[in-house]
Amino acid sequence: MDGSMSIMGRDILSVDDVEVVYPNGTRALNKTTCQFMDGEVTVLLGPSGAGKSTLLRTLNLLTQPSAGHIVTSAGQQLKSRRDIRFHRRDTAMIFQQHQLIGRLSTLRNVLMARLGRHSVWSSLAGFSRAEKHLALESLSRVGLFDKALTRCDSLSGGQQQRVGIARALTQEPKLILADEPIASLDPASSDRVMKILRDVCREDRIPVIVSLHQLDFAKAYADRIIGLCDGDIVFDGPPSALDNAALSRIYGAPADTTN
Amino acid sequence: MTRLLTAQPALTNAEDVLAEDSKGRRKLLLQIAVVAAIVIVSLWMTGMLDRSRLTSGLPAIGILGTEMFPPDFGRWRDWVGPLVETLAMSIAGTALAVALSLPLGFLAARNTSPNKVIYQVSRVVLNTLRSIPELIMGIIFVAAVGFGMLPGVLALGLHSVGMVGKFFAEAIEHAHPAPIEATEASGATSMQVILHGVLPQVFPQFADVSMYRWEYNFRASTVMGMVGAGGIGTELVGSLRLLDYPQVSAVLLVILACVTVVDILSNMLRAKFR
Repeated sequence: MDGSMSIMGRDILSVDDVEVVYPNGTRALNKTTCQFMDGEVTVLLGPSGAGKSTLLRTLNLLTQPSAGHIVTSAGQQLKSRRDIRFHRRDTAMIFQQHQLIGRLSTLRNVLMARLGRHSVWSSLAGFSRAEKHLALESLSRVGLFDKALTRCDSLSGGQQQRVGIARALTQEPKLILADEPIASLDPASSDRVMKILRDVCREDRIPVIVSLHQLDFAKAYADRIIGLCDGDIVFDGPPSALDNAALSRIYGAPADTTN
Repeated sequence: MTRLLTAQPALTNAEDVLAEDSKGRRKLLLQIAVVAAIVIVSLWMTGMLDRSRLTSGLPAIGILGTEMFPPDFGRWRDWVGPLVETLAMSIAGTALAVALSLPLGFLAARNTSPNKVIYQVSRVVLNTLRSIPELIMGIIFVAAVGFGMLPGVLALGLHSVGMVGKFFAEAIEHAHPAPIEATEASGATSMQVILHGVLPQVFPQFADVSMYRWEYNFRASTVMGMVGAGGIGTELVGSLRLLDYPQVSAVLLVILACVTVVDILSNMLRAKFR
């Protein structure tokens, strides 16, 4: 492994006895406890409906736990609106469907990441020069500097996802969450997106938590894999420990290990 | 299908990009300033900025208000029949409007119209129906078919087509092209594409517009009473002519109550059509 080992092992966020039952009665997550560590790419792996997106979305409380708590590294339980807002400001989210405003330029979409640091009035007045430069830097990092003034809805799916990553970087977060970021991308775009996420983790020392359903991508890019099945964590370890027994716990039937 | 993206000169320098971006922002601010100027000129022209005239009008409104109080519901038995007439007129008028708007909407939508001529003609028809006020239509139809609810229904229905048909056409134009393509790919005729690819997509918007128009027509049919088209509007005009203000306010309150009921009912129906 590389030098980033030295900062691993410090926990950044804990899930404490969290359960999620949706209003329609669906049990998405059974009582779950786990810690996320600094400096790692953690992949939440599992088939559709396993609870990986639910677990990921509880980490910035876009989904409210029905029971249990999300606890910060300072040992604080995230409850009040104010605490949740400050936590979200330091936690960037990348979505499966990009969640961009199609009729705005790429630059304007990326600048939305700065909203958490502005009041209503100052966000209407405009963003600072430094923030705009930061947004452009993020865009060049994902290879989209030349698309800064292009409308987002004229970009391809892979490009839009990279705008989503640039937006996350512009937030200057302490943690990045990515919810199925490559589910609707082709293999080449998927590789590019996963590589950018891993580089951000290594170079900027920002831990990344990604939910994925593709085993091969999980093995290629994860430092740690958390396997989920039917709302339970059924595996937790490095990709090298992911053997056939673990795979059949995650995917139920004997898994295809050829990829 | 690959489409060429809007060609943009390659801006390699961050400062150039930011300058271009602020140029766009300045343009937006200028546009907002122009609209604001037009609004202020309109307010000034119409006397809305004339404070002394506005304040001098307040006492007159106050006097009228006190004369309307308390409302006199003494003749409520005589209003039940006209209210039912008004309700029937609004339902029949809206049904007529929807029946005519369905074909016209598809002809006036760019993506389903058979050709450019029919598209333009349908647009002109819709604009014409919208431009003739319903009161004028009411007078024309009273002259044509005589007093009663029939001229009211015809006037409400035809005038409504102008707006309902336009909104239908807009909903059709915003329908998602992907499912339409899938319907075409199955070998469906253009009529089948409309029935099975477009209609299921736009149905909720159609229901929304129709229900809103029904509520509007209920209110509008009270005005139709002024030109002899029957309903609660005839009672309202009668009380006004006699300067019986307590009775006027009572009829207005009854109409308000009915509009509220129609509004609640149409919201419930709209929720069902999601």
